Amino acid sequence: MNELESLLQKPPEAAPDDAVRRAVERAAGAGVVDVGYASHDSPVGRLLLAATRRGLVTIAFPQRGEDAVVSELARRISPRVVELPRRLDAIRRELDEYFAGTRTSFEHPVDWSYVAGFSRRVLRATTRIPYGRVETYRSVAAAAGSAKAVRAAGNALGANRVPIVVPCHRVIRTGGGLGGYTGGLEVKSFLLELEGVA
Amino acid sequence: MKPPFQQVLDLHAEHVYRFLVAVGGPDAADDCFQETVVAALRAYPALRDARNLRSWLFTIAHRKVLDAARRRSREAIPVAVVPEAPTTDGGREVWSLVRALPAKQRSAVYLRYAGGLPYREIGAVLGCTDAAARRNVHEGIQKLRQAWEEES
Repeated sequence: MNELESLLQKPPEAAPDDAVRRAVERAAGAGVVDVGYASHDSPVGRLLLAATRRGLVTIAFPQRGEDAVVSELARRISPRVVELPRRLDAIRRELDEYFAGTRTSFEHPVDWSYVAGFSRRVLRATTRIPYGRVETYRSVAAAAGSAKAVRAAGNALGANRVPIVVPCHRVIRTGGGLGGYTGGLEVKSFLLELEGVA
Repeated sequence: MKPPFQQVLDLHAEHVYRFLVAVGGPDAADDCFQETVVAALRAYPALRDARNLRSWLFTIAHRKVLDAARRRSREAIPVAVVPEAPTTDGGREVWSLVRALPAKQRSAVYLRYAGGLPYREIGAVLGCTDAAARRNVHEGIQKLRQAWEEES
C-alpha cells in the first residue's frame, strides 16, 4: 500500500455534534420533524419527553427504556423522530417549576391526536382534577361519561403516555388505596406528597 | 418497519459529515450537511426500501455536493484558490487534491477508500452501474497519483 492510498483511508477530522444539532433544528424549522424528544433529569428519575408540533405526546419514566420509547414513537406516530431539545424547552421549565413546588398547573398543550374515544375522554377529565386533590376511578369514569366503565377508565389511565402533565397520579381507589401507576407506586406517592396530599 | 430517524443519524451522520468535508470542502460541508438532513427527513416517510439507509443518505449527500458546485459556478464569482495550511500528515493536502477531481470521481474515491463501500453500493450512490463505479474509482485514483507525484 502506498502513501497516497493510506492517506485516503483516513477521512478528514470533523466533529459533527454541533452540526447535527443545527441540521435537525433547521429541519424542524422546515416542518419535517414530526416528533422531537429530549431527556430531562427530575426528582423521579430521568424522563424522556417527546412532542409533535401540536403538543406533548410522551413523558416516559426511566424503567421503560429510552430506545424502546423512541421506537414506539416511530411506530405509533411517525418515523421522523429526532432528538430536538429546543422543542421541549418550555415543558422542561414547567416540570422544573412543578417539582420545585412553584407551579400547580401546566400550560403546555398536549397533542391528543393519538388517543381515541373513551380513553381520551378519561384523560381529559383527569386533566381537570386540581393540584393537590384526588378523585376515584369511579368518579373519573363518570366524568368521562360512563360511571359503570370503572375498569376501562383504569385501563385508560394505566395507558396514559403523558403522566404528571395529565395527572393520573391524582386518581385513587374508592377505599383510599393508591391503585396503580405507570411510574411505580413510590412515584405516585411522591407526587401526591409533593402536592400536599396526606 | 423503518427505524426512528434519530437512529439513522446516530449510525451515519458522522460518516456523511466527513464525506462532505472531504469532497465538498470544509467551508461548504456544514450547509451541505444541513440540506442533506432536511432532504432526507422530507423523503423518509415515503421511502419504500429501508434496507440500505447508508447508501440512501450518501446518495442525497452526493447530490447536495453537486447542487452546491452548480450554485457556485452559476454565481460565477472567480475566487482565488487559497492554499490550505500544510499539515505534517499530508491528510489535508490529499483531500484538496481529491476536490480537484470531477464530482463523480471525487465521491467514488472517497467512498471506496475512506468509506470502504463495495462497488455495488458506490454505484447506487452515484446512480450508475457497478462497472461505472469501478471505473470512476480507477480513473480518479490515476489522476490523483499523477497530481500527487507532481506535488512531491
